[in-house]
Amino acid sequence: MIVASKLTKTYGEFVAVDGIDFEVKRGESFGILGPNGAGKSTTMKMIAATSQRTSGELVILGKDPDKKGPEIRAHLGVVPQQDLVDRELKVWENLYVYGRYFGLKRGFILKKIEELLDFAQLQEKRNSKTDELSGGMKRRLTIARGLINEPEILLLDEPTTGLDPQARHILWDRLFRLKEVGVTLVITTHYMDEAEQLCDRLVVMDKGKIMAEGSPAELIKKYSSKEVLEVRFGSANNEQVAKDLAGIGERLEILPDRILVYSANGEKELEKIVKKGLKPVTSLVRRSSLEDVFLRLTGRSLVE
Amino acid sequence: MQTLQETWQGAATLVDPAVPQRWGFWYVAETRLRNMSKWWPAIVAFGIGNPVLYLFSVGVGIGSLISGPVDGVSYLTFLAPALLATAAIQAAMDEVSFPTIEGFVWDKTFFATNSTGITGPQIVNGMMVAAMIRAVATVLIYEAILLMFGAITMDAVLPLLLASSFAALAFAAVMFAVTVKIKDDDGFFAIIGRFVITPMFMFSGTFYPLENTPIYLQWIGWISPLWHSTDIGRALSYGAQVDGWLMIVHFAFLIAMAIGGFAWVYPQFIKRLSA
Repeated sequence: MIVASKLTKTYGEFVAVDGIDFEVKRGESFGILGPNGAGKSTTMKMIAATSQRTSGELVILGKDPDKKGPEIRAHLGVVPQQDLVDRELKVWENLYVYGRYFGLKRGFILKKIEELLDFAQLQEKRNSKTDELSGGMKRRLTIARGLINEPEILLLDEPTTGLDPQARHILWDRLFRLKEVGVTLVITTHYMDEAEQLCDRLVVMDKGKIMAEGSPAELIKKYSSKEVLEVRFGSANNEQVAKDLAGIGERLEILPDRILVYSANGEKELEKIVKKGLKPVTSLVRRSSLEDVFLRLTGRSLVE
Repeated sequence: MQTLQETWQGAATLVDPAVPQRWGFWYVAETRLRNMSKWWPAIVAFGIGNPVLYLFSVGVGIGSLISGPVDGVSYLTFLAPALLATAAIQAAMDEVSFPTIEGFVWDKTFFATNSTGITGPQIVNGMMVAAMIRAVATVLIYEAILLMFGAITMDAVLPLLLASSFAALAFAAVMFAVTVKIKDDDGFFAIIGRFVITPMFMFSGTFYPLENTPIYLQWIGWISPLWHSTDIGRALSYGAQVDGWLMIVHFAFLIAMAIGGFAWVYPQFIKRLSA
């Protein structure tokens, strides 16, 4: 569905996207994970065929977006980072005018709107102005809007940023249902739990480059251990204690507020630490996550 | 009621990109008309109230002080083409100014529109079509009132509509291009109102023939679409004496201004949408 090779976008001197290669297959849910400013949104705009690349190759639905932008866009669904809804129009009207932009017939759109309002759980709000919607509802409206042309690919730029946990879960559930229909999803996010939940495969981006690629499980297996032991000794003592921890676990990561011990068995490492006579203020054993992968790849955490 | 999942066909079969490529401008105009419909009481009240107030205060009030005909006709008849062109300009300008800021800055809806098959130039054309629909509707209301006041005759209706629409198109095209550059409304339209619209209204041969304006102010008329349109309107409505070459200049000026505005606004629109 999408093939990018040496894809590059520069703004003057600044290189936003620096020669990246990736491929998205039909029916796949593909994630672009990275911190703010990694080049995710810029990549997304190029895939959405609204921003032209500086160099490299990009093929979307078999076409070159620089030449066939409107044709490609007619078959895409886009959920932008900001919702970009028309505040003067009611909820259903926002869907209606958007449907018209694809040249769909009035009768078809009116029927489609009912399905979309059901799907987005917005039936009760159909006649509301968009200002009366909560953040989660507005997001669902934007997703519903992006689905009105039954897109081949749905692009979601930071779909759950700024939403509370409950709203996020509702949204994830809706996106799962789309996957079941066979819609190809491309999602950018800086939340690793979101990437783990939604993506079959993802690339980790930092500073315009792709650092790693694979399924969430593969990435964790390749770049992290099975478990992580988090120990806190008080932020003043972490550096000092870290020296005494040498040799414990497969690898250590010293953060300002805590030390991460990577190991197949976190409990065992904790026992070793206690045996050494060290007393962590708090300790926690957890499964490795994409956050650890990112830390390993870049030396920085995702959300700083 | 079937669910979304059950009826899904996919864009490949559902959407023919050739349709929006052809009709996209009209879909944009439809959206604008829908937005306008939310404000129709204000638009209609303004469309009727403005002329009525003008006709009473300026036409009838000041007109009563003017003894004898102006340019061979009653003062109201002399005034009518200028009032119509001003109303048309104002209506069209309203539709390309604030909605453009809304589209790029406030709601950013242009970016959402552009993420479908719709292109920047199609948005421009659609906005302009909607603006001209409002301008024409405004002129028609105004003309109905002028007819009631006996200021114009029935056979002047179409020529005056033509003359004022040309003015609206020319002025709106240039205003549109200027508006695309705006990052936010920092009182910009108030400045335009005070330093462009008002002087244009005062010194475009609106209230008295341009030849009676002091020579050092006549240039304002020459660069004003209002004067060119008004002069056309006067010639076509009550047969004011306008030389053939000057009529050509009038039309040429308005057409050139419109073309210049469009040529200026298209590339800026494309650039701002892809930023």
